Amino acid sequence: MAAIQESSTNSPIGKRTPRVDGPLKVTGKAKYTSDFHFPGLLYAVPVEATIANGRIIKLDTARAEKMPGVSAIFHRENIGKISRAVLGEGFEGITDERRPPFEDDVIRYYGQYVALAVASTFETAKAAADAVRVEYSKEKPNVDTHLKADDEPQTVATTFATLKRVQSERGDADEAFQKAPVKLDETYVTPAETQNPLELHSTTAIWDGTTLTLYESSQGVVNLQTVLAQMFGLPKENVRVITKFVGSGFGSKLFPWTHCPLAAAAARKLGKPVKLVVSRKMMFQTVGHRPRTQQRVRLGATDDGKLVSLQHDYVYTTSMLDIHHEDCGETTAFHYSVPNLHVEFGRAKRNIGATADMRGPGAVPGMYATEAAMNEMADLLKLDPVKFRVLNEPKIDESLGVPFSSRHLLECLELGTEKFGWSRRKPETGSMKRDGLTLGWGMASCAWIAARFPAEANVQLRDDGTVRVACATQDIGTGTYTILAQLAAEKTGVPLDKVEAVLGDTLLPAGPLSGGSMATGSVVPAVFSAADHAIAALMGIATKTPGSPFEKRKSDELTLRDGKVFLKEKDSAAGVPFADLLKRANVRLVTGNGKGEATFGDPKPKFSMHSYGCHFVEVTWQPEIARLRVSRVVTVIDAGRIINPLAGRNQIEGAVVMGLGMALFEQTAYDPQNGAPINASLADYIVTVNADAPQIDVHFLDYPDKELNEVGARGIGEIGLAGIAAAITAAVHHATGVRVRELPVRIEDLLA
Amino acid sequence: MKSFEFTRADDAAGAVTIAAKEKTAQQGANIRFIAGGTTLVDLMKLSVETPGQLIDINRLALDKIEPTRGGGLKIGATVRNADLANDATVKRDYSVLSQAILQGASAQLRNMATTAGNLLQRTRCVYFRDPAMPCNKREPGSGCPAITGHNRMLAVLGTSEQCIATNPSDMCVAMAALEATIHIQGPNGSRAIPIADFHLLPGATPHRETVLEPGDLITHVELPSPKVGSKQLYLKLRDRASYEFALASAAVVLEIANGSVTSARIALGGVGTKPWRSPEAESALVGQPANASNFRKAAEAAMRDAKPRSENGFKVELARRCLTHALETAAKS
Repeated sequence: MAAIQESSTNSPIGKRTPRVDGPLKVTGKAKYTSDFHFPGLLYAVPVEATIANGRIIKLDTARAEKMPGVSAIFHRENIGKISRAVLGEGFEGITDERRPPFEDDVIRYYGQYVALAVASTFETAKAAADAVRVEYSKEKPNVDTHLKADDEPQTVATTFATLKRVQSERGDADEAFQKAPVKLDETYVTPAETQNPLELHSTTAIWDGTTLTLYESSQGVVNLQTVLAQMFGLPKENVRVITKFVGSGFGSKLFPWTHCPLAAAAARKLGKPVKLVVSRKMMFQTVGHRPRTQQRVRLGATDDGKLVSLQHDYVYTTSMLDIHHEDCGETTAFHYSVPNLHVEFGRAKRNIGATADMRGPGAVPGMYATEAAMNEMADLLKLDPVKFRVLNEPKIDESLGVPFSSRHLLECLELGTEKFGWSRRKPETGSMKRDGLTLGWGMASCAWIAARFPAEANVQLRDDGTVRVACATQDIGTGTYTILAQLAAEKTGVPLDKVEAVLGDTLLPAGPLSGGSMATGSVVPAVFSAADHAIAALMGIATKTPGSPFEKRKSDELTLRDGKVFLKEKDSAAGVPFADLLKRANVRLVTGNGKGEATFGDPKPKFSMHSYGCHFVEVTWQPEIARLRVSRVVTVIDAGRIINPLAGRNQIEGAVVMGLGMALFEQTAYDPQNGAPINASLADYIVTVNADAPQIDVHFLDYPDKELNEVGARGIGEIGLAGIAAAITAAVHHATGVRVRELPVRIEDLLA
Repeated sequence: MKSFEFTRADDAAGAVTIAAKEKTAQQGANIRFIAGGTTLVDLMKLSVETPGQLIDINRLALDKIEPTRGGGLKIGATVRNADLANDATVKRDYSVLSQAILQGASAQLRNMATTAGNLLQRTRCVYFRDPAMPCNKREPGSGCPAITGHNRMLAVLGTSEQCIATNPSDMCVAMAALEATIHIQGPNGSRAIPIADFHLLPGATPHRETVLEPGDLITHVELPSPKVGSKQLYLKLRDRASYEFALASAAVVLEIANGSVTSARIALGGVGTKPWRSPEAESALVGQPANASNFRKAAEAAMRDAKPRSENGFKVELARRCLTHALETAAKS
């Protein structure tokens, strides 16, 4: 068993490391986007459509414009040109909502921005926005919750690529299903969910006549820079994006939303900095959400529990103009061994805001459906659900015909079974009791893609003995500052408190999106090679500087360890601090640049790379008051090497808590009459609170995946949310006997 | 938020005189008293309430909890919910009230919210809280989209075809079971109103929620002398474990002698358009053996007139189970 061990060496990799930015955050010194202020700053508040389908007939801004303190009321006629962004190379130019704001008079979703009030104070801007009168020609919106795939060709354009709707196929799934001795054919539904990070989306735009500077709460500054350059027809270097701290994003801040070019356009028109902070209500309308999905899963198995057929046909909602792909089938084709398989998707357009990535896009709703189906099939077969999964463990990725780089799902299951005490489970529903409560036990497995975005980094070694590592990626609260510092410390041997990590600024070398659980894996090769180049520069100085203790030695005879340069053959006592070597040479710093290539989207990978894991869940049930609570969760994760187990555990615990919300509470409801997201507040959109958080026991396997990067670290941001809802619904069934196939599981589902 | 004038009242009579100039004390009033502000400021931010003048009543010395000569308890209008819930006398003699308050809101809100403010707490109906939506309570005659729309949280008792908004208070439910009396100082003197008569059913005038008239200032609430030996319980059912309004709740004050119920005061929350005292449940119980089947019968009686809508039908059974369990648990205590 390879449970995580504290590193016994000086290596910072694998050490439980408190956030290097923690003191800044707890003392309030960390500046989040809306904390930045500038002289002459103006405040912008959008006016939102109060219909979901129709057209603007008349926009009356006269009253608003006359209000004292109002700088301008912008709308389609006076905002100036905002062009469309297009997808380019290297994951840049991405927008989920492709139509620029105010492009036409058509209203396609409730809350769509129709005007923008700008004033000297936020309060004035809000009052002016409220004073704008809009007349519409109104049509009935389509927010129907029953989904039927729109009539579309078999190949469709999506945000990242053109895709075949039949996304994976082998054997003859339908025939094998018909002939299978044991069959399951069920449909699973997940609702629209809204990300709701604590920090609202916000933009402060500054236009100096040449250059646009944008302070934005963003999970991807480099992409945002490209998009804004395209929208305003600027050279890329004339757009700078700064994101120092992010109060989380959960995917909603990956790609720019329409408030962002609006603030920039207003700053351009007025020649003054403009700040726009999206309201909590707008967070439900204009900055993306996880689409509703409806997934039919058909499983065929032999009597002894071998899968013979797997069909996964799913439909999800999209907005009227956009092409976000919710890849519910992402893990379906490889996760289990099955000779006959068919995975196909369809889309259903609705009068809703753009759908987008939410933590664990695709696989999270997808694995809810497939894992729930696996649990139901195990029940039909009268097989333990763990054993059923073991029986169908694949030897290779059967969809690609390539080996897994590192897959230890069976060990996850074994460890989870042991830590949870799963062997004591009695399979009959309602049969387990404790302290007058009925218990339900359920489990599910999970998987999440492991890949890299392109990344560049710079490392400097400085004559005061400090190291600076820089990369235009973001820390969205997950600990990326700390990871960068740990990686630089690993290579240079300098203690963490002498490493300065800098990120969140497009002036820095281009870094990855904080998304797809790929930021950590992507920066490893970039930082390591940057450090190697900086160290090589240092060795050059060490060997060439007159009077250096290493003068006339060759660089390859030297090594850098614990911040000191050594002759490889000598013992450590002979080391010289690198700062001394730099000072002797009168060099302030040496610098190195590094780069890592993308693996994400590789059409012919040599290995199938994913993280894996499993969840074991206990619920308590009191039928007399219809009260269901999750009491205990054991989660085991195989995500390669864990660079910071402290932050890693935090990620998985957070995902479990969020998964509980997905299973039991979260749901964005659209008003059937006017199409508004009707529970658009944190009081009405129920998320898990502290009192709901169960006892959570997280275990990591620690198998480095060297196919992904030198450290062997995959990402851990999303894997913890995959599968958990299926484990909870299985536990709910075990406790109550009620099989709920539409999330969230609500009290009314269990009252019968 | 619309600009407003803010003044501090130094004496109750002065505050009453100013507020009496207003045309209504109900939805849309231009002059409002403010204490904790947890409801009013929230609604002002949403532009649901747009008063031109706020009169701060925090300095009126209405923040005491004192015994009355009759053996009851006088609770000042501006006593904070947290202080009320943690008061030793309340915890001992009126524990259902303490339990109810502590199951509502959050610690921060309870530290600010006041007794009188909680009596006037407004509904959480999403249509009421959004000025872009029609709402008969906010704009009489504009319609009620909740009846055919998002009504899972809304009321099944005391509704009308104009309004099905739930009264969200936990405190008021306990006070209904404790038969509290609300003391009001108005332009024509003082009066006392039993809590059962204080809140109004929506009927054709959902914008009128209480009997308050312009200038009326709630000064205190009086609880009658405690029922010594009574069994008290507040049970609140909701989706998540904390910080959420009730789907159904029950406040019960029971007296049992020789295995039979000698008195019962029962009120329900989360299901009614006002804090819902249930004489039907009470009369089904009094004189009957305190057992599970009679508790269930009482719960069925309480919900007999329920009128469910498209999404909230489950509340009928949930409330029955809530009351049954509350009675069982109280009886055993």
